[in-house]
Order: sequence, then structure tokens, then C-alpha cells
Amino acid sequence: MATANGNAAQDFDSVVASHRLQIFRFLLSSTRDFDLAETLTQECFLKAHRSWAGFRGESSAMTWLMRIAINLQKDHWRNRRLQFWRAASANAVDLDEAGEWLPSGERTQEQLLLARERVGQVWRAVDGLSERQRTVFLLRFVEDLDLEEIALATGMREGTVKAHLSRALARVRQQLGGKR
Amino acid sequence: MKPINKFNAGAGQPQEWDALELELEPELRQSLSDFKASVHAWSDAALNRPRTVATPPARSAWRMAAVWALAAVLLAVAVSGGLYERHQRQQEAQIAAQRAAGQQRGQAAQQAVSSEDLLANVDSDISREVPSALEPLASLMTDNGNQ
Repeated sequence: MATANGNAAQDFDSVVASHRLQIFRFLLSSTRDFDLAETLTQECFLKAHRSWAGFRGESSAMTWLMRIAINLQKDHWRNRRLQFWRAASANAVDLDEAGEWLPSGERTQEQLLLARERVGQVWRAVDGLSERQRTVFLLRFVEDLDLEEIALATGMREGTVKAHLSRALARVRQQLGGKR
Repeated sequence: MKPINKFNAGAGQPQEWDALELELEPELRQSLSDFKASVHAWSDAALNRPRTVATPPARSAWRMAAVWALAAVLLAVAVSGGLYERHQRQQEAQIAAQRAAGQQRGQAAQQAVSSEDLLANVDSDISREVPSALEPLASLMTDNGNQ
């Protein structure tokens, strides 16, 4: 019994180690708030730890954790909306500041500036998306989840995921000055 | 970016979605790729940023304790002040009542004395009076008495 518990604890430790960054990254890109993203990440793993025994592996641990993170984020915004006297994004990092983080790679200074400008525009488009569209967009284009995983993580049908992705892409295209 | 294969892209219209992703213009594709790289770099930096030890809560705890102590003292002063004032008022009211009672008693005593004198005078006046028909006889009695 003790060994089984020990194994479970070890398993959970390895899950935390493998997925902590991804969960934090998703929450950071959704909220643009370091402290909030850290708090929600901790809450996510705390919640996951409590229900770890009930996790049957029907979906991947990543999808399961992402679902918990998305629900926590939803709860947070719902509670925040009730606190109408606070600004909704009081601690959120500015969109331009968020766009500054771009590895230079092998680009020239001019190319890097142009790329940063485009990243800033994508952020602006993401900021204008609905909560669902933003979640789906970030899961697809930042976390590289496929449609099935996104559907499992968000609890939406795949058709709905596709529709949200199409609208989000159209918005990004529009922001970047594309034709569609 | 991991491509979405048409077998796991949803039961309804896998080809449609594949077409949508494949149709992404190079510029958009590059922008999305840069966006992803930017978010990854940002979150890596955010997760590894140095954290300061949170000492302010301890100070704020002392501050809270001081505020509570001050509030308690103010409350005690306010309550005791109120009680003292009430006690003073009660004492003043008692003294005033005692004074009023003393004054009433003095007045009653004076009234009693004056009414007794009045009654005595009336008695003496009445005792001296005789009917007018007996007036000469009374005077004779007074004369005989003098003689």
C-alpha cells in the first residue's frame, strides 16, 4: 500500500516536472499576468494532486491538466467580473511589452524589428478575441495541441473548435493586414 | 508547428481544416511562428526570474497589530469616557434632587410657622371679643377688677 502510494507520488512528481512549464505558459499567455499565472498554475497542480487517484488516463495527463487550468482561469475571470470596482487587467503586462520577447536568431536588426512588430499585432488580435477563441488559438498555435486534444481540454466539440480557430485566424489575418 | 493530420482533425470536415491550415500565407505562418517563439521565451524568462523574499507581510502584520491595539485603546477610552460622563450626570442629578427636596422642606416649615402664628392671633382676637349687648357689663367687670 505504502509502495503504491509512493509510486503514485513519484508519478505525480514526474507529471508536474513535465507539464509545469506548459501549463504556466498557457496561463501566462491567457492572462499576461506573471503573479496570476503562477498562482493559477499552483492551484492547478494542487487540484490535480487531490484528484490524481481518480485520473484513469482516458486522456493524456497534459489534456487533463490543461482542462483543469482552463476551468480555473474561467472561474477566476468570473469572480473578477463580480469585483466590478477593480480593473479587469490591473496587473497584466502591456501588449507591446509582451511582444518584445523574441529570440533574435539569425535575423538582422531590421528583420527582428519587423518580426517584433508582427508579434505585437498578433497580440493585439489575440487581445480582441473572445475568451473561447483566445483559448483555442493559444492551445493550437502556442501549445501545438491538435484539434482532438483541444476539444478534450476545452470540453468543446471538434466542429466548435474549428469554428473558433477559423474566426481567430481571420481576426489575426485582419490585424496583420491580410486579404482574408 | 505540429501539423494537424486529417485523421484526427475531427469527424466532420477534416479536409476543410487541413486546407485552411495549409492555405496559411507564408507571412501569417511566419508571424504565428514568431508569436509562439516569443511566448515561449517570455514564459521561460518569467518562470526563471529571481524572486524576492516577501518581507512586507511581517511588517504589515506588526502594523495590523498596532492598528488593532490603537483601535482597542480608543474604544476603551471612548467607552470609559461615556461611562464617566453618565456617572457624573447621575451624581449632579442626585445633588439637584437633594437640594430641591431641602428647599421644599424649608418652605413647608416656614409655611407651617406662619400659619400657626396666624391661628394664634385669630384665637386671641376671638377670645377678646364679646357680644355687643354685653359690652357695658364687660367694661364694668373690668372697672370692678381695677377697683
